[in-house]
Amino acid sequence: MNNLAKNGFSPVVSHQKKDGTTWTVKEKILLGLTPKDYLAQQFKNPFNWILAVIYAIGLPIIIGRFIYGLGWVTHSSYDYPWGLFLGFGLFTMVPLSASGFMMGTTVELFGRKDFKPIERLGLLNGLLGYLFAVVFLQIDLGQPWRLIYPMFVSLGPAAILFLVAWHVATYLSCQVAELVPAFAEWMGLPRAKKFIKSMVLGLTVAGIILSTLHQGALGGLFTYAPGKVHPLWYSSPFMWFHFFCSAIFAGLSMLIVVSTFCKWFMRWRCDQTFLKSLDRLTLGLSKGAALALATYLVIKIIAIAHDNDWSYIFTGWGQWFILEISVGVILPLVLYTMALRNGSPALARTSAFIAVGGIVLNRLNTALITFNWDLYQEIPHWREMVIVVTVYATYIVVYRAILARMPILFSWKEKPDQ
Amino acid sequence: MKKINRRSFLKGGLAGTAVVAGTAVSKESSASQSFGGYPDSMGVLVDFTKCVGCRSCEAACNKEQGLPAPDKPFDDMSVYDEIQHNGQKRRTSEKAYTIVNRYKVKDREAGPVFRKFQCNHCNEPACLTSCFVNAYTKTKEGAVIYDPTVCVGCRTCMIACPFYVPAYSYSSPINPVIKKCIMCYDTRLKFGRPPACVEACPQEVMTFGKRKDLIKIGNARIRSNPDKYIDHIYGEKEVGGTAWMYLSDVPFDQIGFNTHIGEQPIISYVKEFLTIVPMVLTIWPALFTGFHLLANRKEALKNEKPSGKE
Ligand code: SF4
Ligand code: SF4
Ligand code: SF4
Repeated sequence: MNNLAKNGFSPVVSHQKKDGTTWTVKEKILLGLTPKDYLAQQFKNPFNWILAVIYAIGLPIIIGRFIYGLGWVTHSSYDYPWGLFLGFGLFTMVPLSASGFMMGTTVELFGRKDFKPIERLGLLNGLLGYLFAVVFLQIDLGQPWRLIYPMFVSLGPAAILFLVAWHVATYLSCQVAELVPAFAEWMGLPRAKKFIKSMVLGLTVAGIILSTLHQGALGGLFTYAPGKVHPLWYSSPFMWFHFFCSAIFAGLSMLIVVSTFCKWFMRWRCDQTFLKSLDRLTLGLSKGAALALATYLVIKIIAIAHDNDWSYIFTGWGQWFILEISVGVILPLVLYTMALRNGSPALARTSAFIAVGGIVLNRLNTALITFNWDLYQEIPHWREMVIVVTVYATYIVVYRAILARMPILFSWKEKPDQ
Repeated sequence: MKKINRRSFLKGGLAGTAVVAGTAVSKESSASQSFGGYPDSMGVLVDFTKCVGCRSCEAACNKEQGLPAPDKPFDDMSVYDEIQHNGQKRRTSEKAYTIVNRYKVKDREAGPVFRKFQCNHCNEPACLTSCFVNAYTKTKEGAVIYDPTVCVGCRTCMIACPFYVPAYSYSSPINPVIKKCIMCYDTRLKFGRPPACVEACPQEVMTFGKRKDLIKIGNARIRSNPDKYIDHIYGEKEVGGTAWMYLSDVPFDQIGFNTHIGEQPIISYVKEFLTIVPMVLTIWPALFTGFHLLANRKEALKNEKPSGKE
């Protein structure tokens, strides 16, 4: 599409075509191209071919999961009841999607209107991340059709997962509402937009509360397993705070990563406001991420001191822990700080990629790698991995499709520029 | 390796905003330590010095609970040589609610120790507290039973159980559920009868009775034979106390018991998080609306004097 844009193609930015007539919904969906051009466009993109391969292998396996049961796609481990679906899909996707509530807070609550150009991307990143975390959860649950049981059929309100279930559900609706304006602009429904605008403060505050609690609750879930999670990754009083605090820089770094991809691969879709402010915004986000990283590092150390886990540092697990902290926390912290000092968005982007990797490592460490450190390690079944890749690919497809259409990276105009 | 008692320090104090949390947390967590189970609940005392590893209990349980036929018959003793995952011995599964394992112990006259193993029916079950659909019930008789019709299959209870007891019927695509020992509640315990495995044992390894009497019996046995028994009833205090308790003549950590498990019930580790919930719910809205007003005041001022910073 970037090539197309170079050759003079201008994407849909308003209800009206240049000649003054209105775009139909179908035309909007096809990005203002003719069906033939649109398909040709899709075929030319090598990334779509990769996706095709992933689906060719992954879809049958996902279907198999529901026909033959979980035992067919996982090792059916009693000792590792949670595998990659939750270890990656839930525990990693959710913190990486914390950008939604943070951009809402920054722009709507703290009145930092200068972050406006990236606010919607932050919200969308949040919404999609949560949505797909739920998709992963649905694949992992033994009886996904009973997902509403904890809400309406049989309530276990004292359980942490109960809180997670309720909060993620409420927060998802919150995020959908926050993105209604973008959808309303695209579809031409000004009333819906106005309605949401009137309650945006309430939505944002609700978002903060829910996010604090369920991000923390994901950490809290592991406090049920004091003997199973390795002591260096475990801390009964601090666990929730570790998860919450790391979600802050995870969300911000993910937003930098996604905006970088947008700048590279979807430049045609970004408007000048977005492109021009992106470097400044990247540094702004970096500042937040650096602060969160520093706080996180401190509370990690406090937790070890508090639980007196120093003796573990010198074991093999301790070295693994130090590796995770150095590469996943200290390195991005140093790079972000340097980027801020030198005013270098490129360095900040590098740092963001590393920080995202660090979070993935941390969550996998807690949920899988150091879990049952006393027993044995288990490598997930290959079918499990294929499903994870397939679902993640779908996440990217949906992400891309929305970015290409709705006014996320550009602002909707009353009339196209001539 | 030394394990650390994580609860021995003060429980709150994240500095700053957590002052309120500090007081709330310590109150709640001390309250959580008092529940010691129902006063007249039943239990089983297992004496490993008597067990010969005949696997009659495994067979009895299979029959009583209507479980599928085992891979190897119950009189096949080669199961004791089975090794799974990196040296792990057999464990409970969807087909077996109880398992006997053999532990070779150096210089023990009587040879190896056989250890029967099933759900311990904790006084404050971790499985119960972690389930978000409340599938588990601790009955007044002491059994921890389970309602498969509401189980969603999140498997948090398997994460939470400190003894690695609950198994899951992964093989079923339509109706996978948690599978574990229910202390023969439906068929026996409810009517005051001992569990099937207890009755089936030819060696009378297991004594069925009121939990508090069993502790007395256990202590009496240790006192009458102090050279033989380890001076500890495993399960009397572990994770808040369990209905099934154990006597042994070799140190418990040599026969597969987790001796670092602590005396706190699992829920006490979780309370730390649970207590911040109401706090966030009450303080956050006011706090952040306040921030919003402040920020916007700044903006209003800025509009008057455009030279304001940022
Ligand atoms: S042993 Fe495990 S499954 Fe049994 S009651 Fe205790 S926590 Fe629950
Ligand atoms: S797997 Fe079933 S019984 Fe266990 S916690 Fe989840 S819903 Fe409850
Ligand atoms: S008490 Fe009943 S269910 Fe439990 S192991 Fe014994 S026979 Fe099986």
